[in-house]
Amino acid sequence: MSDIETHDTPSHDAGHGHDDHGHHEQNWFMKYCWSTDHKIIAMQYLFTGMFMALVGGFFAYAFRMQLAFPGIHIPGWGIMNSAEYNSLVTNHGTIMIFWVAMPVLIAAFGNYLIPLMVGCDDMVFPRLNRLSYQIFLLSAIIILVSVALPEGGFGGAWTAYPPLSSQAEYNLRPTSQTLWVVAVALEFAAFLLGGINFIVTVMNSRAPGMKMFDIPAVIWMIVIASILFMLSVGPLIAGAIMLIFDQTLGTGFFDPAQGGDPVLWQHLFWFFGHPEVYVVLLPACGITADIMATFARKKIFGYRTFIYTAFATGILSFFVWAHHQFISGVDPRMANIFTVTTLLISVPIAEMCFLFIATLWGGSIRLTTPMLWALSFVACFLIGGVTGIFLGASGSDIWFHDTYFVVAHFHYTFYPIAIIGTFAGLTYWFPKMFGRMMNETWGKVHFWLTIIPFNFIFIPMFFLGLAGQHRRIYSYELFPELSVPFLQNLRILATVSLVMMLSAQIIFLANFIISALRGPKAGKNPWRANTLEWTTPSPPGHGNWHPDEMPSCYRGPYEYSTPGRDTDYWPQNEPA
Amino acid sequence: MASTRPIATTRAGTGIQTGKLAVWWLLASEVVIFGGVLAAYVMHRLAHPEWAEWGFANQTSLKFGATNTFVLLTSSLFAVLAHNRAEMGDGKGAAKWLWLTILGALMFLGIKSVEWTQEISHGFTITKNGFWNFYYVAAGIHASHVVAGAIAMAVVAIDAAKGKDLQRVECVGIYWHFVDIVWIFLFPLLYIAK
Repeated sequence: MSDIETHDTPSHDAGHGHDDHGHHEQNWFMKYCWSTDHKIIAMQYLFTGMFMALVGGFFAYAFRMQLAFPGIHIPGWGIMNSAEYNSLVTNHGTIMIFWVAMPVLIAAFGNYLIPLMVGCDDMVFPRLNRLSYQIFLLSAIIILVSVALPEGGFGGAWTAYPPLSSQAEYNLRPTSQTLWVVAVALEFAAFLLGGINFIVTVMNSRAPGMKMFDIPAVIWMIVIASILFMLSVGPLIAGAIMLIFDQTLGTGFFDPAQGGDPVLWQHLFWFFGHPEVYVVLLPACGITADIMATFARKKIFGYRTFIYTAFATGILSFFVWAHHQFISGVDPRMANIFTVTTLLISVPIAEMCFLFIATLWGGSIRLTTPMLWALSFVACFLIGGVTGIFLGASGSDIWFHDTYFVVAHFHYTFYPIAIIGTFAGLTYWFPKMFGRMMNETWGKVHFWLTIIPFNFIFIPMFFLGLAGQHRRIYSYELFPELSVPFLQNLRILATVSLVMMLSAQIIFLANFIISALRGPKAGKNPWRANTLEWTTPSPPGHGNWHPDEMPSCYRGPYEYSTPGRDTDYWPQNEPA
Repeated sequence: MASTRPIATTRAGTGIQTGKLAVWWLLASEVVIFGGVLAAYVMHRLAHPEWAEWGFANQTSLKFGATNTFVLLTSSLFAVLAHNRAEMGDGKGAAKWLWLTILGALMFLGIKSVEWTQEISHGFTITKNGFWNFYYVAAGIHASHVVAGAIAMAVVAIDAAKGKDLQRVECVGIYWHFVDIVWIFLFPLLYIAK
């Protein structure tokens, strides 16, 4: 993208940071594809993630059309058979979580914001950072290839339960089943490398004077998320190796006929899979907190409590995984324990929501586009959180399990996280990333045209789920009691809303590109915010600050509206 | 190699050198990988009493396992001696002990190859039954760490011989001890517990 070209200011020496290429002119390839600069790598993650979001969105469009209008010729796809339907649902889920939410929320924002917000010039391991992106890109290519294979993409759901995922005679995808596991495992490796880099950078390379509780909330959240990821993904990496061996060598880890156990996979998967929800949730919460403080011109209410709630959530998230397996034959006594832990985890998250509301209370609120996204994040996530209580309680889950109630619930969590949180962060840091302001009017049009259809996609699904509509069904025409007009109309409502929401993204893309090229210049600190990234030119040059002007930190990140000051903000780097 | 290092790489807010801190976090992520494999193995064994009837543990070779344990522990001692030399600023000495550690790693892999060749030729392949599934996967993941550790030590040893980046000797040493400790868990679980 041409807008990145402004990143390297000629005043800084071109080889700086490019350890092994220090002494020659950088060509386009070296600068944008082989760079170790954290900002370029962040852009690579961001644009890869945005591309994958378009792919995942297209998949959703195709299979929703099939559900609303079974058997029609879908524009842009054609007639869909059941195997294609399964493959699209599976890869929609996999791509949206592993190739959209993770790279954008953690990798893109983490890479971009961590060095800028803690006041250093790059990550502590710049080349490891580059390697992390390259592995990630490889994994993205593998998953796309697996979908495009003539035999068709893997269709065993994003949770890949064996035996459907482990035995090709059941899933009929001998190649793409393995490619799917390999892609996911490589993606994990990429984020482990990135995560170590994030954690160590924040621990070791903060600006002089920046104490633990001077770190902006979003950085705290990305670090806690990286630690969660690191401590939960291991068993699934082992599980992925076992699954690949089951598929290719004929071992029987998950095959009862050979002395294995399919539920073992579910444990390995959900031991990671549930913390993973919080891995992507926490950065979105951090983005929201930062935006709310800036646009309410107020300190975050209970900044330390906010961080403690994140820790509490993180720790509890390791003890809830079996609530995904209430009907997988786990011991009912265990189900009781996991019900209690699952209901407990809503306490710190609820507390976080109260902190958001208390931050708004009495603030002088500015309803800019990022603020609208931040507010809608809290509102929508609340619906996702509250419906989770129904699913976390083992008694009611027996009824709700595998219905569209579950689908609606987790989309009300993941959509606010991955889409609303990302739009909040993108519109807020866009001036820093590209040096220009985004168009506010079109930003707000895009906001309303996204958020209203979003609710009309998923609210009908709660009702469909309550009516007993099972998830993994390709055409409800075969189930007379589920294809009554009332239910079918709800499906059509959801699909029409989805098409509207996807079309509204054209507004965003146009606004994004035109603003990046033509928007009014942003200046250093357009939002009059306190954190360190706003003390350097937009976009920051190579090295972020001039080596002689690296910032120091004198106070916390949210000193807004301090009595007795001329301005209502107090940048972290300003000596008292 | 590095013309100008980013300022970020020179700071140490925690007082712990950046590379060492990263190795500890790497180990934290490795612990859960092996934790996952071993927990799955132990739970499986407890849930499948019929494994004992297959008499698997009598078929693994205590002789090979014990020899390998000895080789790996000895190589860990060499890693400590390498660190000791590096602390004294003796890059050449550190490199020498590191190469001896690598020799230990290669011996371990050599013995493992002979052991596996014998087992496979007697029909105990990875698909034989549940126990052999776990036996080859757990030991195989561990062996891949032995290979990775040997490569990392070779890279560090080449630099250390030129007196460069001696702090890295400790980092690979920490990693190597971890590889050793994992084996200390695998050996009784795969070879001794009948």
